[in-house]
Amino acid sequence: MNAPLNRTPLYDLHIKLGAKMVPFAGYEMPVQYPLGVLKEHQHTRAQAGLFDVSHMGQVKLIGKGAAAALETLVPVDIQDLPVGMQRYALFTADDGGILDDLMVSNFGNDELYVVVNAACKEQDIAHMRRHLSAHCEVVELTDRALLALQGPAAATVLARLAPAAAELTFMQNAQLEIDGIACYVSRSGYTGEDGYEISVPAAQAASLAERLLAEPEVEAIGLGARDSLRLEAGLCLYGHDIDTGTTPIEGSLLWAISKNRRPGGERAGGYPGADVVARQIADGVAKKRIGFIVKDKVPVREGAEITDADGTVIGKVSSGGFGPSFGGPVGMGYVASAHAAVGTALYAIVRGKPVVIEVAKTPFVPQRYYRG
Amino acid sequence: MSETKYTDSHEWLRLEDDGSVTVGITEYAQNLLGDLVYVALPKEGQSFAKGEEAATIESVKAAGEIALPVDGTIVAVNSLLADEPSLVNDAPEGDGWFFRIQLANPAQLDGLLDDVAYQNLIGQ
Repeated sequence: MNAPLNRTPLYDLHIKLGAKMVPFAGYEMPVQYPLGVLKEHQHTRAQAGLFDVSHMGQVKLIGKGAAAALETLVPVDIQDLPVGMQRYALFTADDGGILDDLMVSNFGNDELYVVVNAACKEQDIAHMRRHLSAHCEVVELTDRALLALQGPAAATVLARLAPAAAELTFMQNAQLEIDGIACYVSRSGYTGEDGYEISVPAAQAASLAERLLAEPEVEAIGLGARDSLRLEAGLCLYGHDIDTGTTPIEGSLLWAISKNRRPGGERAGGYPGADVVARQIADGVAKKRIGFIVKDKVPVREGAEITDADGTVIGKVSSGGFGPSFGGPVGMGYVASAHAAVGTALYAIVRGKPVVIEVAKTPFVPQRYYRG
Repeated sequence: MSETKYTDSHEWLRLEDDGSVTVGITEYAQNLLGDLVYVALPKEGQSFAKGEEAATIESVKAAGEIALPVDGTIVAVNSLLADEPSLVNDAPEGDGWFFRIQLANPAQLDGLLDDVAYQNLIGQ
């Protein structure tokens, strides 16, 4: 027997909108609405899409010691994170593997706000309680939903309901009233577009979602398009593109390790697996995450083997599919580092046949974050 | 008088006046698959035995194969699908057809589902 699936506060709205619901990370989630994955994807890039991401874990770390304590779990500068700013971080394991990726915001008043992946939230919260409880309170915000409003029209739409939202720049956040509802708003997302993530009290989530969907630019967008949007944007999906078997360096995420936490930095190391990561920064890695484009039109999916010109297996696809805005199939995968240079021609094995792929820069479509 | 038959894997086969058979997937199948992004068709002149895979399709969600329920030779393919796989979603039983086949053994059509049996299968 499987455990019964959880529902987000927007469940009834999804049904009303005609969503196809699927199990995802223990929740019944909308994979698509009647518009369909392709049009939902294109609508988000052209105007604005509203996503229910309430399955993700929202946590507050409260107390003077919170930032220093969280730094013992992530290779990221949290102590100098300015009030009103958000930063991408990774929980690492002792062997350098990635336990999850997360967003950390500094709310001021010794409060950090953390958003973690749905599939990892129980273990992440247990991990934080185990290691941080002596230094700060770890409070899971089970009474809040999370919406994402993404796309070039997102700022115009949200400004109608909360004018101050327009003043935020990429990775800034603020506690704002939207249509009279007290929300945590950050200018960030998982699509490569400008947009916002909005934490809203669960009781008011459906009415806020309906209010946003009433704006002419906004359509409801499901998990299917969320995946193709993030793939085109070159953003990792935890459990696929990064996991406990990949380190931040193998995952091509050196950029996410703050300068002052790297070897030679003022707070170098001091997180699980720091020795492994430091060695990999110095000596390089055997395998690396790359992006690739496909020479034919055939989608290359997760799990496909990657070979060199001689047919020797040198890697595996971690995410792949059709990129509707790119106009062709794109993917990410891990290959032996000797084959990781942009422009390298390789093969992916699809239904037993080699398909020509080429290592390519990510993102596959230009990011359009609002940096002021 | 054209006659349409169905398979339990959601293909349709329509007997044309010239004796060839047009093959596609049903409305029910395109709805299950979601937006198609790739269609690989056979070549004209290629012959297939019953049960062989004649075409591959990929949607945003999944890959699927078109296995022929009859023996025959491809006499035409819908070349528009290479650039416009969405035709299958828009008109699966019209402009979204896949290919036409000349049957080696026309009696094989009789073993397929008729419209009533297919509608029953999909619970309509």
